[in-house]
Amino acid sequence: MGWLFDPAHWSGSTGIPVRIVEHFTYTWLTLLIAAVIAVPLGAFVGHTGRGGFLIVGLTNGLRALPTLAVLIIVVLWAGIGDVPVYTALVLLAVPPIMAGTYAGIRAVEPSIVDAARGVGMHEGGVLLQVELPNALPLVFGGFRGAALQVVSTATIAAYVGAGGLGRFVFDGLAFQEYDQMLGGAVLVAVLAVLVDLVFVGLQKLTVSPGVVGAGSGGNR
Amino acid sequence: MTWIFENWDKFLEASGVHLRLAVIPVLLGLVVAIPLGWLANRSRSASAVLMPLSNVLYTVPSLAMIVIMPVLLGSKILDEINIIVALTIYTVALLIRNIADGLHSVPGHVVAAANAMGFRPLRRFLTVELPLAVPVTIAGLRVAMVSNISMVSIGALIGLGGYGQLFIQGFQSNEDIIWAGLIGTLVLAFIGDVLLQLAGRVLTPWVRAGR
Repeated sequence: MGWLFDPAHWSGSTGIPVRIVEHFTYTWLTLLIAAVIAVPLGAFVGHTGRGGFLIVGLTNGLRALPTLAVLIIVVLWAGIGDVPVYTALVLLAVPPIMAGTYAGIRAVEPSIVDAARGVGMHEGGVLLQVELPNALPLVFGGFRGAALQVVSTATIAAYVGAGGLGRFVFDGLAFQEYDQMLGGAVLVAVLAVLVDLVFVGLQKLTVSPGVVGAGSGGNR
Repeated sequence: MTWIFENWDKFLEASGVHLRLAVIPVLLGLVVAIPLGWLANRSRSASAVLMPLSNVLYTVPSLAMIVIMPVLLGSKILDEINIIVALTIYTVALLIRNIADGLHSVPGHVVAAANAMGFRPLRRFLTVELPLAVPVTIAGLRVAMVSNISMVSIGALIGLGGYGQLFIQGFQSNEDIIWAGLIGTLVLAFIGDVLLQLAGRVLTPWVRAGR
């Protein structure tokens, strides 16, 4: 563990802080792009009930897909750089968020939705003010699953030339410096747990205390 | 798609290694998770420790988990034991909750009936409670099996075998090899999933009889 606490590794353009910021940037930017795609799609399918089997099938199928292969195939097609890395990460983050949003909206008590319509709410209001707030715990479950996937895959992305904490693992491997590999791995594990905790905190802050199941964690 | 047919022996060898590295952790994980799930269902304080712990362990990314293993196990970085233990940890973390939930769902009157018939606790657990928890356990095993089969390829990044080697070779030379590994992974995952579903049916004949 000496490597991790050596001050020399905590400065410079390839130091630990820079790699942490890179890794974190991969994570939040990917989640943001994926959310813009996945939440409206999941909400639409959940609200109308059409095409749900497609979302469930896609999410289950994706679990079997090796992330390393996805990463390598995208890089072979699009070349090395930030765009292929983000493409692969977004591809892996969309299904869990979409499935969480879909499942959350489907699980909303039908009588609540009927009551909202009964008091004269428009369909848009029903979705935004009734269904989505009630679906939030499962939506967050989807986000937590996606965040784990992204932190994990961003580490592997260093194999195809990306930055982030995976660099320490692969550089350590290449130079046979096990200390560096281990240090990188520990940092990745800590980052993953912290990101998960951030989502737990966000969930506590945003989910209405009246929503049933607000205390439950992810859907994995 | 020609690579698969021209290199059938290499493909079969990768398949064998891949299968071994994915299935052993599922079996080990099940053996470890049954007593832990029982404990989590029985004692509130054990559950208060085991559930958050398994959540945290499940959060650790796979590459990090594999790289950290040699320190904990005293193994070499290239030992297969690293990936086997890493995947076993994920399997246990996932199954504890399923098994505890499954045991929790056994109706109280069923347990009372077994007691009244003179079943001792161990026999009651093995022949009444555990079988009734099979459907929920199988659901967890299916997730564990499929994600293990997909995660084994990460081991190739530090030099272990299986389909991941095909991805890496394909990245360096010929894209065809990647597709061979990808198809192999999906076929293995499908077969594993179907076999577990079948096992679930065979182990719970009363589900069909009750219909």
